[in-house]
Amino acid sequence: MARNIQSLERAAAMLRLLAGGERRLGLSDIASALGLAKGTAHGILRTLQQEGFVEQDAASGRYQLGAELLRLGNSYLDVHELRARALVWTDDLARSSGESVYLGVLHQQGVLIVHHVFRPDDSRQVLEVGAMQPLHSTALGKVLAAYDPVAHSEALEAERESFTAHTVSAPEAFEGVLDLTRARGYAADVEETWEGIASVAAPIHYRRRMPVGAVGITGAVERVCPSGELRPELIAAVRDCARAVSRDLGASRF
Amino acid sequence: MTDAHTAGPFIAAIDQGTTSSRCIVFDRDGRIVSVDQKEHEQIFPKPGWVEHNATEIWTNVEEVVAGAISKAGITSADIKAIGITNQRETTLLWDKNTGEPVYNAIVWQDTRTDALCKELGRNVGQDRFRRETGLPLASYFAGPKARWLLDNVDGLRERAEAGDILFGTMDSWVIWNLTGGVNGGKHVTDVTNASRTMLMNLHTMEWDERIAESIGVPTQILPEIRSSAEVYGEVTGGKLGDILGGIPVASALGDQQAALFGQTCFEEGEAKSTYGTGTFMLMNTGEKAINSYSGLLTTVGYQIGEQKPVYALEGSIAVTGSLVQWMRDQMGLINSAAEIETLASSVDDNGGAYFVPAFSGLFAPYWRSDARGVIAGLTRYVTKAHIARAVLEATAWQTREITDAMTKDSGVELAALKVDGGMTSNNLLMQTLSDFLDAPVVRPMVAETTCLGAAYAAGLAVGFWSSTDDLRANWRRAAEWTPRMDADIRDREYKNWLKAVERTMGWLEDDES
Repeated sequence: MARNIQSLERAAAMLRLLAGGERRLGLSDIASALGLAKGTAHGILRTLQQEGFVEQDAASGRYQLGAELLRLGNSYLDVHELRARALVWTDDLARSSGESVYLGVLHQQGVLIVHHVFRPDDSRQVLEVGAMQPLHSTALGKVLAAYDPVAHSEALEAERESFTAHTVSAPEAFEGVLDLTRARGYAADVEETWEGIASVAAPIHYRRRMPVGAVGITGAVERVCPSGELRPELIAAVRDCARAVSRDLGASRF
Repeated sequence: MTDAHTAGPFIAAIDQGTTSSRCIVFDRDGRIVSVDQKEHEQIFPKPGWVEHNATEIWTNVEEVVAGAISKAGITSADIKAIGITNQRETTLLWDKNTGEPVYNAIVWQDTRTDALCKELGRNVGQDRFRRETGLPLASYFAGPKARWLLDNVDGLRERAEAGDILFGTMDSWVIWNLTGGVNGGKHVTDVTNASRTMLMNLHTMEWDERIAESIGVPTQILPEIRSSAEVYGEVTGGKLGDILGGIPVASALGDQQAALFGQTCFEEGEAKSTYGTGTFMLMNTGEKAINSYSGLLTTVGYQIGEQKPVYALEGSIAVTGSLVQWMRDQMGLINSAAEIETLASSVDDNGGAYFVPAFSGLFAPYWRSDARGVIAGLTRYVTKAHIARAVLEATAWQTREITDAMTKDSGVELAALKVDGGMTSNNLLMQTLSDFLDAPVVRPMVAETTCLGAAYAAGLAVGFWSSTDDLRANWRRAAEWTPRMDADIRDREYKNWLKAVERTMGWLEDDES
């Protein structure tokens, strides 16, 4: 077995020290309790502080456990919280794009639709909350597979059914699509899942760039993709919406 | 693509609410261009008393209007009118010579007039003025609050009789200040706000001299009653005079009526329900003021200019969103309000449990102050997930009880329910609502229906929109839930709910309630 990494062992010891007994400790207390030089202890504490695992009290200069550490054990975002935060932004996306809006998260081997806003044209539409969409061919699914490593392996391991002549199924070609998605910051599905239907989606990030879902618009290929090109203003509107929801969830600016 | 909504002209709407004042700028499609908002202090001098500093509120209104205009990056030339919506019933008296409030505004939730209202009921009880005003004698309404101020602020009654004092709900206070204040400000209110004072006769739309005398409010302090959509005056003087001088002030609607208007419920039988901490449901009853025998309020829905007034029936539910907050804060069963849906979705039904949150008695349609909350039907099988489900079902069943009362009073069946407010993001609740009502539940695309209603009324008054048909064309369906429940299951569950409601009644003994 390889030798353990000493600084990680020391960081772990510091966290245990701060978690037990005295809640707030000064630098010299910590250094002497662990038998470290003050400079060494300070370097480790500063790193932990940057990661949010330790916080320093501004008045006393003493250290305590950070909020990030508490979040770590409870870090998944409730999908209903995601919907509540996305509500105004997705309404506005439907309004400005004139198309229906879907919000999806990874669930088992596919995309679970957790929010759906109707296309604003007064036609009869059915709420599709709770429906599943494929990971490899839809815009929402490609975004999830491109940004979330769990979704990525699900999409690679699953059988990628060819729904239409445009579906990309071969592994190398599919990886190429995901690379392109990451490079551009959005994914498209032009008749790859359903004939006549096109969609565009972008990732929603939670704290520290954790991908938690994807938001996108879906509509007739003639409107979304006239003369074979996705309309740039639609792409911009989708990405603006995804950024706005991410900001609301507390993701750092990007 | 229907974007690029930065091209004017626009309408600005002020929402002077219970916890904050907001201003939203809307474009012709009814889309939001900019928002500014500022909270004000909630003053609790004694248990049951709630006050606001009206001077702080006016300063905040000035700031948010200026803020919203500046965020939109537009000038007064782009604004065609300003509309107002407000927390209802909150009461203020001020000196018309100095513009100074004589006391804090007494907020609608304040219960200091409980005893006064009992006394005013004399031998008749709380329905003494119901036929004329549509309201029971309860501490919410403005008339008795004004009487309390006249009785309890030194020398106030004399100043009022000398003609130095003005009365107003928050619409009147904002309009008076907007239109010049001490320098010729317009002292007006609209029919919807006036209908919440207990001083206006619903059938004539005028102050009822006899009732005003019985309650003890001199009519010379009362504002002129105008329609909800007409030009009351122009922005004049003060901080806003510089930015928006000359812009017409062209609508006023109480907040719930504004939401009815913003949801474009212009036809008889159309109804909206706003799901927040509590829930307020209003149904348009057309040109008929319908007396309620089922514990609902009869109120004015709106009046556009010279047109006939449109009436509404109103039912309120005291505890809806606040029950979810209670599950989070007092019970600690969830970490955020949205998580109630996650917990409730983990089971298929309520497991036999029913939760009647009669925390401060039962409201419409029962009006039983001796009731207290009950969780009924408990067995060892019941988990916290079943209770979460029962919490959501409580909101849906209480809505059903109000709609049943409305149908009974008006003879109009509910065709569909238009919903707004924070709880509409709860998909399970919306589906349950549709199942229990056996009617479609529809959410519009603009969540800010209250401000939108005030903007719509102001826009109609100045010809920005030509008719209510124009406004309907702006309304967009964002989601619709349709009933999926079998009728026999619905009937059985409703029966169980009603049994649980029975069990809340009479919990308090006579001398406690």
